[in-house]
Amino acid sequence: MRSYEYFEHDADIGVVGRGATVERAFESAAEAMFAVMAEPASLREPAEVSVSFVEDDIDLALVQWLNALLGAARETGLVFRRFSLSRKGSRWEGRAWGEPWREEIERGVEVKGATLTMLSVKSGATGWEARCVVDV
Amino acid sequence: MDLDRLEQTGAWSWRVKSEPGIARAEAILYGDAELLRTMDNKVLEQITNVAKLPGLVGPAYAMPDAHWGYGFPIGGVAAFDPEDGGIISAGGVGFDISCGIRCLRSDLEEKQIAPAIQKLADSLYRNIPAGVGVEGDLQLSAHELDAVLTGGAQWAVRQGYGDSAELEYVEQRGCMTDAVPANVSPLAKKRQRGEMGTLGSGNHYLEVQVVDRIHDAKAAEAYGLRDGQIIVSIHCGSRGLGHQIGTEFLVSLAKAARRLGITLPDRELACAPVRSPEGEQYIGAMNAAINCALANRQILAHLTRRTFAHFFPGCRLETLFDVSHNTCKPEQHEVNGKRRLLWVHRKGATRAFGPGHPEIPERYREAGQPVIIGGSMGTGSYVLAGTATSEARAWSSASHGAGRAMSRHQALKQWQGRQVVDALRERGILIRTRSMRGVAEEAPGAYKDVNRVAEATEGAGLARRVAFLRPIACVKG
Repeated sequence: MRSYEYFEHDADIGVVGRGATVERAFESAAEAMFAVMAEPASLREPAEVSVSFVEDDIDLALVQWLNALLGAARETGLVFRRFSLSRKGSRWEGRAWGEPWREEIERGVEVKGATLTMLSVKSGATGWEARCVVDV
Repeated sequence: MDLDRLEQTGAWSWRVKSEPGIARAEAILYGDAELLRTMDNKVLEQITNVAKLPGLVGPAYAMPDAHWGYGFPIGGVAAFDPEDGGIISAGGVGFDISCGIRCLRSDLEEKQIAPAIQKLADSLYRNIPAGVGVEGDLQLSAHELDAVLTGGAQWAVRQGYGDSAELEYVEQRGCMTDAVPANVSPLAKKRQRGEMGTLGSGNHYLEVQVVDRIHDAKAAEAYGLRDGQIIVSIHCGSRGLGHQIGTEFLVSLAKAARRLGITLPDRELACAPVRSPEGEQYIGAMNAAINCALANRQILAHLTRRTFAHFFPGCRLETLFDVSHNTCKPEQHEVNGKRRLLWVHRKGATRAFGPGHPEIPERYREAGQPVIIGGSMGTGSYVLAGTATSEARAWSSASHGAGRAMSRHQALKQWQGRQVVDALRERGILIRTRSMRGVAEEAPGAYKDVNRVAEATEGAGLARRVAFLRPIACVKG
């Protein structure tokens, strides 16, 4: 049931990730965010990076996760399309797969950071939903 | 926006009505009924929230181009007194710290560059690194980057990017003196190493423009503007370093606010008192990011000059002015007849000092500080001048752009990038980009009418129109 979509925001873009667990919902939100920057179908996955952070606030964890990925992407010069996240207490460990930017990649717009605006992480009858506005 | 929640106090100004049982939040919005009606209700909610922050002096203001932001509305202005518990907010500055516009005036006219415009646009596209995932030629060591964060545009000039005389026309002469590179995280610095001299993406651009209409001949003369003249405007900011600082401090200041007992009407208004360890740490990092942005625009101006010189040897591209529109700066302002030091947040708003202000370069002092309203790539931009009334109206602030009229998501549903590029070419505007999605999101129809915003800015007494600039070529990030 993993999926992502977008919601309206005047200047920026709202991302929504869904999944059976909070970790899967966060992975979906990451897919949504990186799909703003590059068309996922045009990407390959030869490279892998790891990120980790400590956060006990579940809402702030979404922001930390997305921003950790943005930081890793910019630091390594990679663009990601697939993600994996696990949690032990307040420690979150994630991995992302992607490739260096090349001319053939269909580019979108740069995401500067994940914001606290419309930030919400909640569970419902159909699973978890994680959402926030990302600044572009 | 629901105008019933506002009380009109002048032809171009509106005050937020008080609500029964709720402490009055002093907030003023500028614009005409039509501009305000098209604003999202979130603008009203956000500017009202800003007005509830500790240490606010006077009302919180929304400029005529205001739109829904995060925490602060974009187009939000608010001043805080540090001696009265006044705060500094990372959300009130934004992720792209010191995003702004460098405006260059040339000694060329449209008819001179018309035969070469296609090749000039291609060459600018090749020479100005733009778009997501694109790095520049400049790779800096950690030591060099610290020098950037300390020296700003002055550092860039020392490296040969432009000359020191033009720093007169950059806010703070191109350098914030209170920058603390040590307050910037290693990751933020790493993110910037390959990004000096890059434009970025989203609404960032480099545009070749023509002075199409003069509104104020005397100020235009002071600014060195004349009909038919070629202008280049460069819109960009502090790139990955600023984004990372914004990211990190948003979360840390949200936690600091909680610890300090500051009740936030919106978590995105994460803040700390100016006079607190957390506030001072952010200020040092923010100033470093401002220097990064100033250096970045200085380098891009140099790359632009080099490209023009290839086609037009000996041509001059002088800095008209460089304005930042995502900042918080300490400034002296008159409050009830007394001068006070206030920390003025401008989130998507331009500083607009009126005539005679000592920080305005002498050449422009009688006219007022140049203000640049960057419009969409299909409509145009304005050069304005700060007015004598601007200080009393909004702490010497004015609009910064046309302001979005629809979301990026809506714009994507309505336009395709290729269609926009072709339509603009038919109108004599060349677009060069790596992202057709970006062009669709930035379609001219997704923005408010810049003419109306500029008229409202003038009508509200924030700044007066000097010249209208028509785009002829645009490198989109």
